[in-house]
Amino acid sequence: MNTSTIGTSTKRAEPLPRIGALKLVLPLFLTTAGVISLFALLAQMGLEADGQMSAKLPPDLQSWKVSAAAVDQIWGTSKTLSQAERADDLTILRRLHLALVGTVPSLEEIRAFEAMESQDRIAQWTNHLLMDPRVGDYLAQRLSKVFVGIEDGQFIVFRRDRLNQWLANEILDDRPYDKIVQQMVSEKGLWTGRPAGNFITAAVTGEEVDENKLAGRSARAFLGQRMDCAQCHDHFFAQWKQHDFEGLAAFYAPVRISAVGLEDQKDFQYQVDDSKAEGGKRTVDLRVPFGEEWLPAQGTERQKLAYWITHEENRRFDRAIVNRMWGLMFGKPLVEPVDDLPDPPVERQSDPLDVLADEFRTHGRSLHWLIQVIVQTKAFQQESKHPSAENGEKFDVASENWAMYPLTRLRPEQIIGNMLQAWSLQTIDQNSHVFVRLFRLFRERDFLKEYGDTGEEELALFTGTIPQALLRMNGEFSRQLSEATPLSAAGRLASLSNDREELVTGVFLACLTRRPTAEELQLIEAMCQAHPVSNATLAEDLYWTLFNSPEFSWNH
Amino acid sequence: MSDSLINCCWNRRELLQLLTTGVVAFSTSQLSARAAEERGPQRSKSLITLWLAGGPSQLETWDPHPGTRIGGPTKAIDTSIQGTQICEWYPQTAEILNSFCVIRSVVSKEGDHERGTYVVRTGYRPEPTVVHPSLGSIVYHELPRGGLEIPGHVSLGDGQFATRGGYLGEESTAFRVFEPGRNLTNLEAPVDPERHQRRLETLGQLSEGFLNGRRYPIANSLHQKTIDSALKMMTSEQLKAFSISDEPAAVLAAYGDHPFGRGCLVARRLIEMGVRAVDVTLNGFDTHANNFGLSKGRAEILDPALSTLVTDLKSRDLWDSTVVLVCGEFGRTPQINPLDGRDHWPHGFSILLGGGGLASGRVIGATDPQGVKSPENPIEIPQIMASILQVLGIDFQKEIFTPIGRPIRLTSGQPLAALFKA
Repeated sequence: MNTSTIGTSTKRAEPLPRIGALKLVLPLFLTTAGVISLFALLAQMGLEADGQMSAKLPPDLQSWKVSAAAVDQIWGTSKTLSQAERADDLTILRRLHLALVGTVPSLEEIRAFEAMESQDRIAQWTNHLLMDPRVGDYLAQRLSKVFVGIEDGQFIVFRRDRLNQWLANEILDDRPYDKIVQQMVSEKGLWTGRPAGNFITAAVTGEEVDENKLAGRSARAFLGQRMDCAQCHDHFFAQWKQHDFEGLAAFYAPVRISAVGLEDQKDFQYQVDDSKAEGGKRTVDLRVPFGEEWLPAQGTERQKLAYWITHEENRRFDRAIVNRMWGLMFGKPLVEPVDDLPDPPVERQSDPLDVLADEFRTHGRSLHWLIQVIVQTKAFQQESKHPSAENGEKFDVASENWAMYPLTRLRPEQIIGNMLQAWSLQTIDQNSHVFVRLFRLFRERDFLKEYGDTGEEELALFTGTIPQALLRMNGEFSRQLSEATPLSAAGRLASLSNDREELVTGVFLACLTRRPTAEELQLIEAMCQAHPVSNATLAEDLYWTLFNSPEFSWNH
Repeated sequence: MSDSLINCCWNRRELLQLLTTGVVAFSTSQLSARAAEERGPQRSKSLITLWLAGGPSQLETWDPHPGTRIGGPTKAIDTSIQGTQICEWYPQTAEILNSFCVIRSVVSKEGDHERGTYVVRTGYRPEPTVVHPSLGSIVYHELPRGGLEIPGHVSLGDGQFATRGGYLGEESTAFRVFEPGRNLTNLEAPVDPERHQRRLETLGQLSEGFLNGRRYPIANSLHQKTIDSALKMMTSEQLKAFSISDEPAAVLAAYGDHPFGRGCLVARRLIEMGVRAVDVTLNGFDTHANNFGLSKGRAEILDPALSTLVTDLKSRDLWDSTVVLVCGEFGRTPQINPLDGRDHWPHGFSILLGGGGLASGRVIGATDPQGVKSPENPIEIPQIMASILQVLGIDFQKEIFTPIGRPIRLTSGQPLAALFKA
């Protein structure tokens, strides 16, 4: 009994010292953890102790600038049309992040960027971003929609996650784009171990590989040509005929799925249904719609096709990816629709697409190179404001000549990505706490269900809908992500800021990647004078307001 | 008419009385503008689609073949269309079947859920380069909307594939209500009205700076118009059409106290308010295993909801102005598989189509009792779409230019003469 009494009294006595110890240890622990994370972060971002980026200026900067200038020059300098001014660096930083990461930069990243003193910090930062796994993941997601669509494909035989993961690594390693495509088109073996093969298995219908789907996709995704209509009929406008399409499909016809994965049947004879032919079947030979001389003599049918698609003289291949990447960087491709390009001009380099495509090819078909050059164009770095965009006069001419950065609405996943990133002061990436990553994953999925995913229409123009406006004004996402809590950016900015201006500036930077203007500060100040509110309430109201502003959900 | 049907009539009369009382309650609640008050064939027309997701078995709904190998254990009952039987699990529908035309020979080329849904929703096969608008989106886009402050195209229930506006634009995409009859989400400001108003004022003022130098493209994007419409909707009296809290318990019970039943009731209220196109989804028709048990379970939900909806529309004099389409993405195989299920079958399935001034009491097409031959008088989806557009007063041959300038007809089919009154 005594023991028990002693035990009980000990239990009662202990909590007080424990709380005291906790009070002492917890801040110490948090501070240590904070310092460790800060060092880890600095190391990760390549920052020296003085806050300067350790990486040297990219060695190719001058050559990127030359290529970029060649593109800008093609639009000419119409004397009647002014060019927009250069945008400020933070605006360009925002564009860069939206295009490559899919979200606005975090406050943490903005601070690190601003600490760089180089005149070419945009190029430097682009270099730094291209080493970030987030960029591989994001671009892989966008490009895989182009390559295999958004359909779920058949369970077991199609593994989108494996394809995306592989593509993300290829992009991050800057593997030449032609090699990436060659592998997808000609991959053999199991699609789990060789994820590029999922390009083929995504087109499995029933138990068969659908050669027509693959032929249509290859032409659209890799060559920027819509040949799908020729699958069923000849069209008097189109230069492709039905037999061209069938000939292209014939390259994919021998592929089949066996116990060892994808393989090509030898001496396969491709036949199609034809009621006019004897026995209702007609044999189709391999055939390409142009550039027959590029077809190699050796290899499997798919290897031959892969070689033909990516042949050095196949200008359509380079023009297609250049137009696509331009579209991803600007929200608007150079030529629309993105996958229905005109024939390459007879006179080489007479359009911007051709200039960039030629340069892309001579620079090893490096996607990193292409992104760097696009970033260096005046077109990418100029303001989205323009006199023609104010009154509509000559707006179309100005747009066609890229006299301003085009204003485009963000994709739904970019909007929720922005909201989630703005909710956190730290960068949300693979190093974030598992709680934060899961929070992001679930919120993103739920948001897309309600907001509506744009799916395959990568670069379509959206007007926005009433449910979307309601979701952003009143939905749980806006409420939760703008709430001032100890974890949220709104809460932390409210408690950490020294004065109101600092608080407002923090919220603007986190949401819009810019500082408030003097007028905006004045306006908010006047509002606070008329309706005094706590810092937390002000932060919540500002978050809500900025989440709902056009500036937040447009690329500009 | 069988005895059982006569007995049912008494119940229907009772229900009718109840529903008529409902009309008074509804019209005095000042829900609406003029649209809600118009009645009869002169009223602007609307479309209700009861979407049976998963591919309902034609043999366990409107085209049973009792006593045959393909019919399985399913029995059939007489209906109000003389000489026509439907599956025994639909006694209430049997009673009102003569309000509809039964089309038993619908054919499509798509046996996959997503692709099949696309065909039946849009009348076109999926194409990689264009998204065709769904029938509801076309109806919404082409018909006048009057003083409507709530969305004119609404999708009720948790359907997997949204009804999309496609090349007609996102504004034609259905407004989705995942739990019909429950509180609508996102319509109430998350803070008190005063604070909400302050937020809106700040939003207006802060947006002005961004507009400078960008006014033209932003005005073209209808951004502000969308926000204004959303705000108008938040305070609209017409929102009550989404609510069923003022409906008598007997009406709720007649429709069925589950999401689909509530959805059908909300659909009627929306149509009454002047909404142009509503679809209500009932999931669970993908009966690869245990076809008979699952189909019976679906029938227990669909039968009362469907028949009550028809009775209710008629009692409110809304039947002649409302087309009702009952369909899914395809039918199911005549063969019964080893799991006692039926698989996907787009080669001869059944739909019901009625109201809106269409003919009724007719049976179109027939399937082979052996399940071998193609159906008699095969009907394709574009023909059904053309018929619906025609009766709604929409030029079904109209060509619309897609955003990239490609002209596409609203539907590629021609109306079916058999669906129209002589």
